[in-house]
Amino acid sequence: MKNRIFPAFLFIIFLVVFIIFYKGLQNSNVYIPDISIEKEIPIFNARSFSSNKKISSEEIFKKNKFYLLNIWASWCVPCRDEHPYLMNLGNQKNLEIIGLNYKDDKIKAKNFLKKFNNPYKFIFLDKDGTIAIDWGAYGVPETFLIYNNKIIKKIIGPLNEVSLSEIKNLIR
Amino acid sequence: MKYIKYIILILIVLKSNMSIAFDKDLHVKITKNLRCLICQGQSVYDSDSEFANSLKILVEKKLIEGKSEKEIYGYLKDKYGQWILYEPKFDKNTYILWLLPILMFLIGGAIIFKLYNKKIF
Repeated sequence: MKNRIFPAFLFIIFLVVFIIFYKGLQNSNVYIPDISIEKEIPIFNARSFSSNKKISSEEIFKKNKFYLLNIWASWCVPCRDEHPYLMNLGNQKNLEIIGLNYKDDKIKAKNFLKKFNNPYKFIFLDKDGTIAIDWGAYGVPETFLIYNNKIIKKIIGPLNEVSLSEIKNLIR
Repeated sequence: MKYIKYIILILIVLKSNMSIAFDKDLHVKITKNLRCLICQGQSVYDSDSEFANSLKILVEKKLIEGKSEKEIYGYLKDKYGQWILYEPKFDKNTYILWLLPILMFLIGGAIIFKLYNKKIF
């Protein structure tokens, strides 16, 4: 009896381990940070794209207003794809689009806006990419819908028809 | 008096160099314990992606600000979740990860003990 219990116990243990690893195989190994949490926006100081003066984010983001913070760069190809959607959202009266120019060359960024038009009310400069980290972003483009200084929606990757209608519904 | 001044100056220079070296070691330690979210098989220290390079600068800035290792991990965990840390904390999601090796060790020990006893007696 004693001799039977031990192999059975061993078998159960290995079965449990096998199930854990087998289940683990089915999980995606590409991690995407949680995008559903309502978080307070970070407070930061950064240079203005137009004047190069240091400005506090508190001067830009006010309460009771919708803002769309878009992280972009002239070297980012998906940013070109999403630009028409940003131009479209730029026409919304109750929404202000704020840009965060990510690790970019200023002249190239200016040419980008000249070529594709400027949907941004204000643009912050993020020369070393640390402000984007403050926002919990890890690439470009990323977009945050903000209301009452809280992130109510986060879009990783370029905007598309679906995200455009979602944003429009949320700001209605 | 003149010599004392020089000695103090040398001590200040040495101390500042020591503190920079210490910070660099801590910087390496922290960035080695952070997972790059772009190239997810690599640590931030090993990765050369835009995100990893920015994170290296950020860790450096935080260390200069006087933030501790724990505070930096806490800040990044708040931004990106537990996954950014290579060393996960013991909680309800990670207890199997922490307990399984101990369990395996105990079972292995029990097997060896049993086999050893059989051979002796």
